[in-house]
Amino acid sequence: MIPLGYFIGLSVLLFALGVIAFFIKRDLMTMFMAVEVMLNAANLAFVALAKAAGSPAGQVIVFFVITVAAAEAAVGLAIILLVFRQKKSIKAEDMRLMKG
Amino acid sequence: MSFPILSFVTFFPVAGAVLLIFIAKERANLHRYLAVAFTLITLAASLILYFHFDGSVADPQFVEKSGWLGYGINYHLGVDGISLWLVLLTTFLMPIAVLSSWTYIQKRVKEYLIFMLLLEAGIIGVFVSLNLFLFYVFWEAMLIPMYFLIGVWGGPRRVYATLKFVLMTMFGSLLMLVAILVLYSFYYRATGVYSLEIFDFYKLVLNPQVQGWLFLGFALAFAIKVPMFPFHTWLPDAHVEAPTAGSVILAAVLLKMGTYGFLRFAMPLFPDALEKFLPLLSLLALIGIIYGGLMALVQKDIKSLVAYSSVSHMGLIMLAVFSLNMEGVEGAIYQMLSHGLSTGALFLIVGILYERAHTRLIKDFGGVSSQMPVFSVFFLICMLSSVGLPGLNGFVGEILCLFGIFKSSQLLAILAASTVILAAAYLLWMYQRVMHGPIVNAKVRTFKDMNRRELGYLVPIIIMMFWMGIYPQTFLRKMDASVARLLDRVHNRERIFATETGGTVLRERERSLETRPDLLAEKALIDLEEKE
Amino acid sequence: MFWLIPLFPGASALILAVFGKWLPKKAVSWQACLSVFASFVVSVISFFGLLQIPAESLPLVKTLFPWIQSGSFQADLSLQLDPLSSIMTLVVSGVGFLIHVYSVGYMAHDKGYKRYFTYLNLFTFAMLILVMGANLVLMFVGWEGVGLCSYLLIGFWFEKHSAANAGKKAFIVNRIGDAGFILGIFFILLVVGSGDFRAINGAIQGGVVTQGMATLIALLLFVGATGKSAQIPLYVWLPDAMEGPTPVSALIHAATMVTAGVYLVSRMNLLFTLSGVAGQVVGLIGAVTAIFAATMALTQNDIKRVLAYSTISQIGYMFIGCGVGAYAAGMFHLYTHAFFKSLLFLAAGSVMHALSGELDMRKMGGLRKYLPLTYPTFLVGAIAIAGVPFLSGFFSKDAILTRAFAQGQYFIWALGLMGAVLTAFYMFRLVFLTFFGQERIEQQAKEHLHESPRVMTVPLVILAFFAIVAGYVGLPVVFGEKANLFGRFLEPVIHPGSEAHLGLSTEWMLILISVAVALCGIYIAYVFYLKSPQTPHRVVARFPFLYRVLHNKYYVDEAYNAVFVKPLVNGSRAVYDHFDLRVIDGAIDGTAAAAGFAGKALSWLQSGLVKDYALAFLLGVALFLGFLLF
Repeated sequence: MIPLGYFIGLSVLLFALGVIAFFIKRDLMTMFMAVEVMLNAANLAFVALAKAAGSPAGQVIVFFVITVAAAEAAVGLAIILLVFRQKKSIKAEDMRLMKG
Repeated sequence: MSFPILSFVTFFPVAGAVLLIFIAKERANLHRYLAVAFTLITLAASLILYFHFDGSVADPQFVEKSGWLGYGINYHLGVDGISLWLVLLTTFLMPIAVLSSWTYIQKRVKEYLIFMLLLEAGIIGVFVSLNLFLFYVFWEAMLIPMYFLIGVWGGPRRVYATLKFVLMTMFGSLLMLVAILVLYSFYYRATGVYSLEIFDFYKLVLNPQVQGWLFLGFALAFAIKVPMFPFHTWLPDAHVEAPTAGSVILAAVLLKMGTYGFLRFAMPLFPDALEKFLPLLSLLALIGIIYGGLMALVQKDIKSLVAYSSVSHMGLIMLAVFSLNMEGVEGAIYQMLSHGLSTGALFLIVGILYERAHTRLIKDFGGVSSQMPVFSVFFLICMLSSVGLPGLNGFVGEILCLFGIFKSSQLLAILAASTVILAAAYLLWMYQRVMHGPIVNAKVRTFKDMNRRELGYLVPIIIMMFWMGIYPQTFLRKMDASVARLLDRVHNRERIFATETGGTVLRERERSLETRPDLLAEKALIDLEEKE
Repeated sequence: MFWLIPLFPGASALILAVFGKWLPKKAVSWQACLSVFASFVVSVISFFGLLQIPAESLPLVKTLFPWIQSGSFQADLSLQLDPLSSIMTLVVSGVGFLIHVYSVGYMAHDKGYKRYFTYLNLFTFAMLILVMGANLVLMFVGWEGVGLCSYLLIGFWFEKHSAANAGKKAFIVNRIGDAGFILGIFFILLVVGSGDFRAINGAIQGGVVTQGMATLIALLLFVGATGKSAQIPLYVWLPDAMEGPTPVSALIHAATMVTAGVYLVSRMNLLFTLSGVAGQVVGLIGAVTAIFAATMALTQNDIKRVLAYSTISQIGYMFIGCGVGAYAAGMFHLYTHAFFKSLLFLAAGSVMHALSGELDMRKMGGLRKYLPLTYPTFLVGAIAIAGVPFLSGFFSKDAILTRAFAQGQYFIWALGLMGAVLTAFYMFRLVFLTFFGQERIEQQAKEHLHESPRVMTVPLVILAFFAIVAGYVGLPVVFGEKANLFGRFLEPVIHPGSEAHLGLSTEWMLILISVAVALCGIYIAYVFYLKSPQTPHRVVARFPFLYRVLHNKYYVDEAYNAVFVKPLVNGSRAVYDHFDLRVIDGAIDGTAAAAGFAGKALSWLQSGLVKDYALAFLLGVALFLGFLLF
């Protein structure tokens, strides 16, 4: 059996990669992908812990998260598309309408 | 009386407001007539209150109580000798205020009248609520129509004035809310029952330390409303910028909510704190009297002059309230009514001048008496009422107030008596500059004397002025029992701590009780039961 | 029955106020005059009725209804009749009636005719309330009421700045006195428990009031009296009050309102007697005022101003009387003064009427040819006030001075005597300048020169008659103890203090001195203004400074203005601009600005960048987790 620690470690690693990617990248698409990575990292953790605890609750949550991620991706990508049409750019620095 | 007359008086104007919403805004005259009708009916209903009020009973009458939101928040209304007259003052002045706005307000008449009606409901609600939550709701509710009345239909600096008014008042109210919540929690800890009833809170005996903070919370809110020095500066701005009817209601009624608050809440709930803060509060009131008078002397705008005179008069009222004796408190309540009439009338007078001249600056007038002789008589009577000439309402209130103050402190009375001179000085000087002398400003020659509508709403006030001046018994005798009960609450409670503990033991007691509020409250309720 | 006395003019005033606009002028005249006459009739009836009543059952009190009642403060609407108030009602309604009649002629062409009579009736009503009030509070109501009417009537021609200013000044200066009065009332309420005169007198006689308290109260009440009766230091409104119509000056500022202070002191005589000091103060102020005002009358060119200062001076005499304990003498002078002073004012009004409104004596002269009724009546008044024997003024002034001397108040007596010289002098200066000598009348006035109509001259004659005979009810002691009918009438009210008695020869001596002094004054005036008319100019040339000071009324008005009025107003303005607006409002606006500033300072947090918000999330979560775990 693969020890639980490895799964959690992988999950943390993935999450960290996602966070770093979110802060380093300048374009919205990549930031979005980073968010997906973070979500999946969380999923991984949930599955591992579910198996370790022997309770299906964690796996149920994973289904929720996947669904939410999908919905969020759909809506988010649509927004990016519309923003691109307005601003001709998907650089995060250009989205400053909420300033002040 | 099984008919809920108090609820009717409070909410009937709301019904009027709702009706007005559905009437098209083009039909301004219909709006005006309806508004007058609704306010007059409310007045009639409130007169029923007067006729059936028993002046020998100290407890509130016409009580309506029913559960509302639970957790101590009840719908509890009632009037006693102190609030009865304030309700009547409001219902009396509202139709007059509406009538005075007939030609003054030309745009958005519908919204204006809706706000006036809502304002009336809010004000009456404040005076009749016996549940602290309900009181607070009405207190805040009264601010909103006032905000709009000044902010939309006011003068050039209206936005500044109304924001200042609302924010300052709300600042105080917020502190009061905190105090209410603290009281709420104390009561719960003492009895295990959730309540926000005023009469339940009267039974609480609190540690003087705690009392001090709570008292400050309430007192600050009311002091800003009165307004007491140094929180008075919102008043001149609000008055100058407000439309006539707004000023009338503001000066005549809203300010009384502050003094009413002291009488109903701050004083009987926290008598020990009151004793501690009495010198400071009396000093502030005295400063208000003299400072208000001196500032009134140098104002260039008639309305701001009357505003500062209000500061001065309210200072006298507060000082009389703090005298804590029968004459002073009855004098103060009487003076509240009297000031409501005289200052309300003065603002109506200024409104009449403004409608003709479109200016309120004293230097733009002069010699108006020659042009408007009937008006000059009305102006004279209103002015003399404010000066406190015997035979009119101002004298009765003033002499009782001064005597009450005198009984508690001769020095304060001597200093407060200067208001007799100052009021004559600033009012007569203003009257002379506006009405006497030759006509210098050509515009004055175009002034028409008072029309029937203006006569119609000033004459009732003049009649009341004379009635209050010549036969004050009508008014005073309804107050006796409630005022006596209030003074009893304030004075006898002061002694509980003093007699029971006397000196160092008190401090020890304080410390131990401080950590065991439940013990303290228990002891208090036991004491109360023993007394009864 | 007596309580009806104030009712007639009061009702008349009310009717005129509300319906006057629609009543014909003649009806107004008749109603106004008849109402006061009705009061007079009832006063006379009450007076005779009073004579029948034994002293123990005085005063008669009628309570109309309870007025103000709260806690221990009780003031009922109660009117009382006793010798003191009876005399006052007779004077007020009697002289008042004559003045009302006179006004019908004097104000005939004024467009404010009806308004005038409304105010005049209202005044009569208030004055009667003042003298008939059975308690201090009601008296104060009348006190303020007459102050109001004074304001309205002085400023009657309000289109003139000077008149409006004078009215305002009168009211405000009166109010300063009133503040003292109110405090006095409060002390009495505190000590005695009631403002009712019977209760007060009972308390004083019962020993409830200490001497110190009595002094304090008496002095406070006297402050009020100095305001209303125009004594030092609150006299400054009276000369200006001459802006009002002349009958007003006669009624209010000569016969009645200004004597209210004397009435007050007499009414409270027990109090003043108990406190020795207060009596001293009253006497001293009266004496000083008497001289002070007399000196100012010496140089005035306005005929009414001379009379105004004369009034201030004469009231000073009344207070001398009260101050030395001779309240009856003070009241006696009040009574005689009412006749001759109102006569003088009305006659002066007649002169002004004849000259189409001229009041500068330098533009008069030789008028006795043209005014065959005004001149003799005026002369009678002048002789009376100068204290020439056989006329009323002599008896009353002499009574005061004699009593002052008898009580050992030699300083006051001397001042009074000096004042008498001056009085005789300035009065006859007035007579000689106006009616004798060279005619200096302006051409235009001369064309319309005519004696006044009968409605004006008849009251003059009646008043002149009383100015002559009124004194005989108060003959000095030299004619026997019983001769002083006036004093004896007042005994139930004016409890005689320790009245020192002088020997008969001393009394005669004093009388002779008074007479000599009066004749001296008249003679000097004769020399100055008739025999060698250059004398006044030479004197002025030799003492220019003195003349300037006197002519400018010792610059008192200017001093008051500089010391009290200007600093108060300018100081307040400065406080308003710098403190109220800058400091208090500044604090509030500053708080608002601070809130705004804080908002702006923190707004950099809202950069609009998603990354920054995400960073905030991250930090928050990290902190939270850290907190949880450690």
